[in-house]
Amino acid sequence: MWRLLQQIKKVGLVSEPKPAPDATMLQRQLQEQVRRVFGRALAIRQVDAGSCNGCELEIHALHNPYYNLEGAGIHFVASPRHADALLVTGPVSRHMAEALRRTYDATPEPKLVIAAGDCAACGGVFGENTCATIGAVANVVPVDVVVRGCPPTPTALLQGILAAISKRASA
Amino acid sequence: MREHFSDLNFETLPGALPALRVAVTAARLVELCRHVRAAGGRLVTLWGEDLRREDSGFRLCVVLEDADDLIAAELPLDAANPTYPDLSEIFPSASRMQRATFDLLGLRTLGGDQRPWLRHGAWPAEVFPLRHDAPALPPSVAHDYPFVRVEGEGVHEVPVGPVHAGTIEPGHFRFSVVGEKVLRLEERFGYTHKGIEKRAEGLDIAAGARLVARVCGDSAAAYAWACAMAIEAVTHTTPPPRALVLRGVLLERERLANHLGDLGGIANDAGFAFGQLQFSRLKEDLLRANEKVWGRRYPMDAIVPGGVCGDIDAEAARILIANMDAIAAEIRALREIYDNHAGLQDRFMSAGTVTPELSARLGMVGLAARGSGGTHDWRNAHALAPYAPMAHAAVSHQSGDVAARVAVRFDEALVSIDLCRQWLAQLPAGAICVPLGAPHAGTLGLGGVEGWRGPVLVAVRLDTGGRIARCHPHDPSWHNWPVLEHAIMDNIVPDFPLINKSFNLAYSGCDL
Ligand code: SF4
Repeated sequence: MWRLLQQIKKVGLVSEPKPAPDATMLQRQLQEQVRRVFGRALAIRQVDAGSCNGCELEIHALHNPYYNLEGAGIHFVASPRHADALLVTGPVSRHMAEALRRTYDATPEPKLVIAAGDCAACGGVFGENTCATIGAVANVVPVDVVVRGCPPTPTALLQGILAAISKRASA
Repeated sequence: MREHFSDLNFETLPGALPALRVAVTAARLVELCRHVRAAGGRLVTLWGEDLRREDSGFRLCVVLEDADDLIAAELPLDAANPTYPDLSEIFPSASRMQRATFDLLGLRTLGGDQRPWLRHGAWPAEVFPLRHDAPALPPSVAHDYPFVRVEGEGVHEVPVGPVHAGTIEPGHFRFSVVGEKVLRLEERFGYTHKGIEKRAEGLDIAAGARLVARVCGDSAAAYAWACAMAIEAVTHTTPPPRALVLRGVLLERERLANHLGDLGGIANDAGFAFGQLQFSRLKEDLLRANEKVWGRRYPMDAIVPGGVCGDIDAEAARILIANMDAIAAEIRALREIYDNHAGLQDRFMSAGTVTPELSARLGMVGLAARGSGGTHDWRNAHALAPYAPMAHAAVSHQSGDVAARVAVRFDEALVSIDLCRQWLAQLPAGAICVPLGAPHAGTLGLGGVEGWRGPVLVAVRLDTGGRIARCHPHDPSWHNWPVLEHAIMDNIVPDFPLINKSFNLAYSGCDL
């Protein structure tokens, strides 16, 4: 226990603000927007619709103490029924298309869809309309915001989430 | 080997990996497999090829590994009736690979499990997408998968997935349980099947390499290196020494990044969020150092056929060393905290146990096998440059439980840091990339490295124009997923996320 407390004390608080002004600004903007548009918190359901898992690595990074996504009032939920937004990765494989459609249908209106990663944007290196993949998420469900990158950086993902919220705010 | 099979003609394959090629009959293939198995060797992978345009029917390729070499056995198959003996009796892990080979190419085993594996409903049963004459866009069909049922009083089924509660890849798990205890688990994958092998056909080398690097994102350096090695083999290209060392640094940092992520994730699944916060912070530090040095947090395309792109200068080497020194110190401190945390150890110990006997019988590989008494590691076994023979002691733990797989990660993370420090301290001078030589059309090129999960193999054949004619990437998870079905038996359902995470196997890497 003593070592554990020592470690906590030694590491201190690493959540940005310090070194990356970009991320800090984003963080603050996100927090304000979430509170303004959603009242309290934004609930996101992540759907891997066929990704190589690279995009998931950066989505995981959003939870590390630097980006501290929860601190901005954004949390990932286990069921689409509790979600305000879907964060979808991958070129949509034919084998996941139905699951994606059902997840979309199960998400209550009004809902936002963020397509994250080059594959989700356009099929990426795996292509579109092949025997095995449909490609862009927009080919399967309506998309509000596209985040590019292979994989997209956590900062790009935060910007994407912010863009989606702003879109909702101005709707 | 050769004395037992003096009727066969073993040819040395070109390239860095020590590998032989041998044409076999069905009967000799079975004997070869039995011989390798009896000598403690293993199946690496198998795949099929369509040669009907050259009037040669089909071909089954089986890569085996004995103490010294890889052996690529090639079995010609009849165009009208392409069948071959079931190898899963000899190597249990062959079963799903054989099923996938049928789904994609229509090569059928005589016996063994004949259910589809990669095919759900995206194409009909009589279409085989990897055949050259397959329709580009076959119609989808209704699909119903015959799971194995467990009968008995009080037994009920718990289906989970394909979409899971957390941010993980999609797959289906069907538990047969009594009370909370798992009697049986059956896995069903293929949801992320992207037609990668089909997509690779006809691509130029650069595009092919970019595709292969994305078979499994968390192992991009391993795949990119294996692919580069395979292409270098069939273009008679020798990458410069400096490039090999930089590849080593990229691969070991990929291993380190994944081990850091898992050490946090496994603790989190055992209810110890502190571990997750600490290790995810260290992983972020590593990715930020990557960005400074390579301009990318995940330098997925840094390894290219012929060498690497992006050199590093003395300042970059200093950044990397400082980054890893800091991480090493924290790993040591955190390990003590983990080891002394009774609640954590209580969850880790004897959860999801795979005994050394079971591991050997089922043919487990890589990190997980080294948690069940195994020592096999391609970094030592082949010692391809920049790995020197026995440059690091084999990491191995005996208990086969979650605790052992955690311990392997702790040990290996420090080994990776040591290797990088040694390499970066004496980086050879010179070029980082050389142009590729002329392609040897049709020759099998094999490339393989010990990725963070285990051995990753990429097999490539080029056509006369130097484009990819056939490419088969192989993930170590093929061998370990079936073992997870055993590891969970007699454990309780709520321990599944923890046990599953301690293996952390790839979906996309096997769904292809
Ligand atoms: S965008 Fe890149 S990282 Fe994301 S799923 Fe596609 S290939 Fe993988």
